[in-house]
Amino acid sequence: MKLSLHVWRQAGPNDTGRMEQITATDITEDMSFLEMLDKVNEDLINEGKEPIAFDHDCREGICGMCSLMINGVAHGPESGTTTCQLHMRSFRDGDAIYIEPWRSRAFPVIRDLMVDRGSFDRVMQAGGYISVNTGNAQDANSLPIKKADADAAFDAAACIGCGACVASCPNGSAMLFVAAKVSHLGHLPQGQPERSKRVQDMVAAMDAEGFGACSNHYECEAVCPKEIPADTIARMNRDLLKASLCD
Amino acid sequence: MAGEILRHWYHLPPFPGFPPDLSQYPDMQRIARTVQTSIGAKSLMAVTGIALLLFVLVHMLGNLQIFSEPEKINGYAHFLHSLGPGLWIARIGLLVIFVAHVWAAVRTSRASREARQVDYAYKKKDLATSYAARTMLMSGIIVALFLAYHLMHFTLGWVDFAGSHVGKLPLYTLQDGTEVPDVYTMVIQGFQHPLTAITYVIANLVLALHLSHGAASLFQTLGLRNRENAATFTKLGLAVGAIVAIGNCSMPLAILFGIVG
Ligand code: HEM
Ligand code: SF4
Ligand code: FES
Repeated sequence: MKLSLHVWRQAGPNDTGRMEQITATDITEDMSFLEMLDKVNEDLINEGKEPIAFDHDCREGICGMCSLMINGVAHGPESGTTTCQLHMRSFRDGDAIYIEPWRSRAFPVIRDLMVDRGSFDRVMQAGGYISVNTGNAQDANSLPIKKADADAAFDAAACIGCGACVASCPNGSAMLFVAAKVSHLGHLPQGQPERSKRVQDMVAAMDAEGFGACSNHYECEAVCPKEIPADTIARMNRDLLKASLCD
Repeated sequence: MAGEILRHWYHLPPFPGFPPDLSQYPDMQRIARTVQTSIGAKSLMAVTGIALLLFVLVHMLGNLQIFSEPEKINGYAHFLHSLGPGLWIARIGLLVIFVAHVWAAVRTSRASREARQVDYAYKKKDLATSYAARTMLMSGIIVALFLAYHLMHFTLGWVDFAGSHVGKLPLYTLQDGTEVPDVYTMVIQGFQHPLTAITYVIANLVLALHLSHGAASLFQTLGLRNRENAATFTKLGLAVGAIVAIGNCSMPLAILFGIVG
């Protein structure tokens, strides 16, 4: 396959950046999207040009490092799929592909397609954990948890913190991510003692990072590679109101 | 466009004595603290939105009496005016609710506008959202402008495209002999002018659009929506939009086309 890529190039955080047209040749449809970029980068290096900087790590859909806005959709055209798990068979020979970094004030561009998602880490540090005295792990079944709760907690815990929800939200809101992290612990007995403080602190951190305000477009749910449901957002809203007004 | 209006709006200087000092009132402090968060502001918008929506529905039901004989709507208007202080409490309450709704709307819209400073070169595809959801701020602003016109038109009697009732409302004698302002004739004469009727029709379609998203969205905002009931709330929003559109547009249209009056 031969493709016409339009890639965001930005030399550093303070560069203004621009879209650059790059032709990708000898692409096969069993390559992943990132392997396609690897191939393009090899060619660029051979030509003595700067390779395209992009984030990646596990390349198996679990680490949340890969990002990329592909033709106006976060993580590209396949639903429930990270960029690293997207394959070139989703594209046709001769296609034009626009590749851009996540756009959010809270995710400043570091270089080309790489953004700094430290804002997510700071939201996590504000309460995305439980405080326990560590020691041996307790017996597996000593703490009975309803199947429905365990499932709901697990669904929320599947969030890999990629930031696609923010990138695709018309408001640049991080509600799906924060809600996933709040609900994951809020569904479990271990999360109860800090439940009220957790939601208030994490929402305050989210607001302070400069994310926008959710207005229920559900674009996040549509692109989330882990298919986190927008239910978690409703649940966080309820938790926050209860904590902030009653506790 | 909406963004331009916002930009001018939020650079206004702070208002003296505002916000008030709440240190003596812990419950008020709690509420004030909550509405300062993004979720709290959204919730304030939802709660005030419910109140405004209920007002719109009651207001519509009252006005639909225009389809009955003049006695009905004139008696109803007289009854509302006879409430005296009650009427003023309701008016001031509505104003406060309205201002709170707009405050929260401007606050959240501003946060969202600032959250993405560089836009995508390839237009971001819309996968789940709706036209109504994307235009909430603009539809809200149009509704507010219409509201100002509507109050100046029927409540204050300052403006009218036909100039018929401005400053001189005819009187009507109820069956019990009381002389009351003839609201029936004022409305009929008002909507017989095409420009007035069309203004009301367009504004109410915009209001219906605002509510078609708002009436569904508020359940998510207040934490009541989930996978099982999501489709029901979406339909409820559309139903509320349709009811407001049909109910409120039926009056100017029926009068314009001479079906009533
Ligand atoms: C100046 C006029 C108005 C403005 C600027 C305005 C603006 C907004 C905005 C920006 C939203 C947020 C949309 C979202 O987050 O999804 C909203 C929500 C809403 N508005 Fe308005 N609005 C106005 C008037 C009204 C009126 C007159 C009504 C009722 C008759 C109303 C009912 C609602 C409802 C029910 C919501 C849903 C709240 C939620 O999503 O939880 N609004 N409005
Ligand atoms: S909620 Fe989904 S889209 Fe958002 S960070 Fe988590 S995995 Fe990514
Ligand atoms: S590289 Fe780890 S999720 Fe894509």
